[in-house]
Amino acid sequence: MTQVPVLSSTDVALKPPPPKPSKRRGKAGRPAGPVHAVLVLMMVLWAIPALGLLVASFRTAAETNKSGWWTALVPPYHFTFSNYDYVLNRAGFWDSFVNSLFITIPATVLVVMIAAFAAYAFAWMNFPMRNVLFVVVVGLLVVPLQVTLIPVLSLFRDFQFGDFRLNGTILAVWLAHTGYGLPFAVYLLRNYMGSLPREIFESASIDGAGPATAFFRIAVPMSVPALASLVIFQFLWVWNDLLVALVYLGPASENSPLSVTLANLTTNFGGNWQFVTAAAFVSMIVPIVVFLGLQRFFIRGITGGAVKG
Amino acid sequence: MDQGKRRAGIAVVAVAALLLMAACTSKPGTTPNKTVTVVGSWSGAEQDSFLAMVAPFEKQSGYKVKYQGSRDLQAQLTTGIASGNLPDVAGLPGPGPMKEWYAKKALKPLNFLDFSAYSSATPPGFADLGKADDGKLIGVFTKAAVKGLIYYNTKDWKSGAPATWDALNTAAQAAATGQTKEWCIGIESGGASGWPGTDWLEDIVLRQAGPDVYDKWVKGTQTWSSPEIKKAWQTFGEALTNSYGGSKYVVNTAFNKAANPMFKKPPGCLLHHQASFITDFFKNEAHAAPADYDFFPFPDINPSYTGSVTGGGDLVGMFNDKPGARALLKYLLTPEAQAIWVKRGGFISANKGVAIDAYPDAASKKAADLLQKAKVFRFDGSDQMPGAMNDAFFKAVVSFAGDQGKLDSILSGLDKVQKDAYKK
Amino acid sequence: MQIVSNLFANRLFLAIFVVFGVPLCLVGYILLVEIVVSRLGRKPAAAIRPWLWLGPALLFLGVFLLFPTISTIVSSFKDKAGVEWVGLDNYHWFFTTEGTLLALRNNVLWAVFLPLLVVTLGLVIAVLADRVKYERVVKTTIFLPMAISFVAAGVIWKLMYDIDPTTGTLNAVVNAFGQDPVAWLSTPSIDNFMLIFVGVWMLAGFAMVILSSGLKGISTELLEAARIDGCNEWQVFRKISLPLLRPTTAVVATTVVIFALKTFDIVYVMTSGNFNTQVIGYQMYKELFAYGDPARSATVAVVLLLATVPVMMVNVRRFRQQEAVR
Repeated sequence: MTQVPVLSSTDVALKPPPPKPSKRRGKAGRPAGPVHAVLVLMMVLWAIPALGLLVASFRTAAETNKSGWWTALVPPYHFTFSNYDYVLNRAGFWDSFVNSLFITIPATVLVVMIAAFAAYAFAWMNFPMRNVLFVVVVGLLVVPLQVTLIPVLSLFRDFQFGDFRLNGTILAVWLAHTGYGLPFAVYLLRNYMGSLPREIFESASIDGAGPATAFFRIAVPMSVPALASLVIFQFLWVWNDLLVALVYLGPASENSPLSVTLANLTTNFGGNWQFVTAAAFVSMIVPIVVFLGLQRFFIRGITGGAVKG
Repeated sequence: MDQGKRRAGIAVVAVAALLLMAACTSKPGTTPNKTVTVVGSWSGAEQDSFLAMVAPFEKQSGYKVKYQGSRDLQAQLTTGIASGNLPDVAGLPGPGPMKEWYAKKALKPLNFLDFSAYSSATPPGFADLGKADDGKLIGVFTKAAVKGLIYYNTKDWKSGAPATWDALNTAAQAAATGQTKEWCIGIESGGASGWPGTDWLEDIVLRQAGPDVYDKWVKGTQTWSSPEIKKAWQTFGEALTNSYGGSKYVVNTAFNKAANPMFKKPPGCLLHHQASFITDFFKNEAHAAPADYDFFPFPDINPSYTGSVTGGGDLVGMFNDKPGARALLKYLLTPEAQAIWVKRGGFISANKGVAIDAYPDAASKKAADLLQKAKVFRFDGSDQMPGAMNDAFFKAVVSFAGDQGKLDSILSGLDKVQKDAYKK
Repeated sequence: MQIVSNLFANRLFLAIFVVFGVPLCLVGYILLVEIVVSRLGRKPAAAIRPWLWLGPALLFLGVFLLFPTISTIVSSFKDKAGVEWVGLDNYHWFFTTEGTLLALRNNVLWAVFLPLLVVTLGLVIAVLADRVKYERVVKTTIFLPMAISFVAAGVIWKLMYDIDPTTGTLNAVVNAFGQDPVAWLSTPSIDNFMLIFVGVWMLAGFAMVILSSGLKGISTELLEAARIDGCNEWQVFRKISLPLLRPTTAVVATTVVIFALKTFDIVYVMTSGNFNTQVIGYQMYKELFAYGDPARSATVAVVLLLATVPVMMVNVRRFRQQEAVR
């Protein structure tokens, strides 16, 4: 423990997991039939609406109105790419796709890091009013986004450095998403970090590690599953957000994200809704890639068997 | 697990490379003082038509028009006023919010426009709706919609255009046999469910009780439970009773596909009441060809109010008084500009200077002609009511369509809202 | 400050800043804090440090959530124009209007059934999927609805609940059993549950991901030891996994209760609050943007805030217990 550990999720050899010969580490014996039955049933139930949407995205509106989506699965097929064609060739599609990355990545990084600092302080530092303050933070989760818009925007309007106004910039969107994402992020991480065993932090402290060292080399690596789930959700929420982007970026912004572009596919009275179905799958790709990419952090034993009873 | 670290590294580099590439390939922004920002409710195909309409303006004036469609104009502009981050020119959700925003000094007066020229070029009743309480012009109409059109399938409806409501009912009852009902009605419309029924009621009130009662009703001085208004609901109720699929179908079917049974064989219904824009939906939702359908205007109910027409339109206003915004508004009101969208379809011009010949098909020619020749014209009533009244009206239509027996309690509920909503 | 605006206009700079600058700034901040604080001596350092660690979060929360909340509370005691004080008039309106009271009742339904179903299903899936080889497939399927936009979810669920059995999936099933089609969204006794189910469909993935991350943190040795002691899988789950997952379950349940209280989008898209399905989040939105009455909207938001007090009290108790045992 006195050696300088490397900042990594896996090198923290606080309590090296005993080598297990079995490949089925952490898994119980062979799962019984009912386990498979329940899982398959759930998957089917959950997939049916999504499958219906997928089928609808390859049909014209008139076809979808005429017969159920399930009838399209048998020949003769009448599938069409026209919905995807329209969505992908919409003016500004790729620009706004890039804008979405520009907005989502910093907004996710900001929330996760700032929340991790705060969660660590709430979990492992002593200060007056700690629980009251924490309850206020979590309580803010219930504040509906809509009621915050006008006060915050008015505040930003009166607040400018020289020529630089916050309203209408991409910076304002990052900051807003960070503010709105923090209550949940702090709550989730404080809970996870708070359940880490006290002895680890005590022995690190005895070895002379300061809070920064303990945070970066113990708390963060051991909280990887919670951090990964937080990244997944924050990324997803920011990616799919329409309201914050519209309101903080203002009209006809060059930084408009994909959600804003895709919201304008339908006409005034909701005509051409069939494009929405294709758009849903197009905009879903990136969050799903993030979800799948972070799955490897949901592997048993990554925290070195940290959480004890 | 070193592999994992390397993979994470690769991912970071890949994202960085992607963003850098994107950053380098994207164009630098245009200079802000030569752009005019516009926000409107037109999106999708409508957005394309709007951009086509302003293309000549951009060429002539050197201004660049930056347009954004918005699904929720009210929320975007309300928050825009708070942030000070407003478009130069914007579509306005209705006369109510327009006046409110002018009172807050967000919306600028359009003094640079010649009101009498604008007023004489638009159908009666339109121009004055764009005035503030102090008499200044703050909103103008470019796009209009004719409401109260009764569409039919040309293969199934052989009775032409009935002169009166009674004649219409007689003809429809005779033709509706077997599977075929008289009307197709569907009032579901997401957050605005019920509005197709408010159009029905407005058409009936105007023709049954006359323009004076209509105006008092819109202004909140005619109670909902008064005999005139109640009778209109009962008349609408008869149509609901004689409609395809019964009340469950009416309240659960989206207005955009409500008319689909009309195009079936044998038809589920004969007639469909809707505004002029519905033909886009016939095409998209039912693959109907222009020859498959036609319409006649809502017939007279009381002969003393003959020639009444209801309609709507999209108001446009100015938030930033800039030369570019003024130039664009002036341009948008010209018949030349509006003819561009007219030719692309789905647009009834609010300018009488646009020749009927410019309209691409028979149905839109007929609708434009109807608007230009209207004797009594009234703007969509529910759109002029205060927000809470408007919303209660929508909801009342839905619950009435679900259960007509509740009419009296629905109307007294609306009376209660009326007392509250018109308070300043 | 022209430079700042120019930098933000330059997308190359922005790209570099996004990927490297943001994380470096934040790590730099904490390291700087530690360098400064560690020179102060032990006692003052311990007093100041927590506030510097919390600082960025408190700043953001203060600006974006706390400040608007306070101004919301203030405007709930004012009139529509926000000028004159009206005392409790707005609250009187809230608690005497039939519509808002009905909305409140529906929110209770949401706050009970949504968390119950979401947490139970999320837990079942997380625990069972942990034991099979196709875990990723299961989790991706359940997660998928979370990534679908509300508008698209509205499109598909309207098709699911459509009254016409030739296009409505559920009614096609009903029809296959020879029954009459059901008006799922306009029958007041069932429509709220139909909407709640859409919420369950969208949120089960949320509960599953977080509970799964908690499950993966449970010590393998502990589970093995229990198995060696002769516990069967059910006992291992009951006696070890479930108690250890309790804090995580509480986080998920609390969050979902709050989501349920705030519910707005599903109702807006699906029924527009008709047939007794209105909820107070919808009422708040309508008052604010459609009726132009920020005071009543603020009142609804304050009621929402008060509704979370019991939930928060449960959480405080839990954290006290957690600290006592660790």
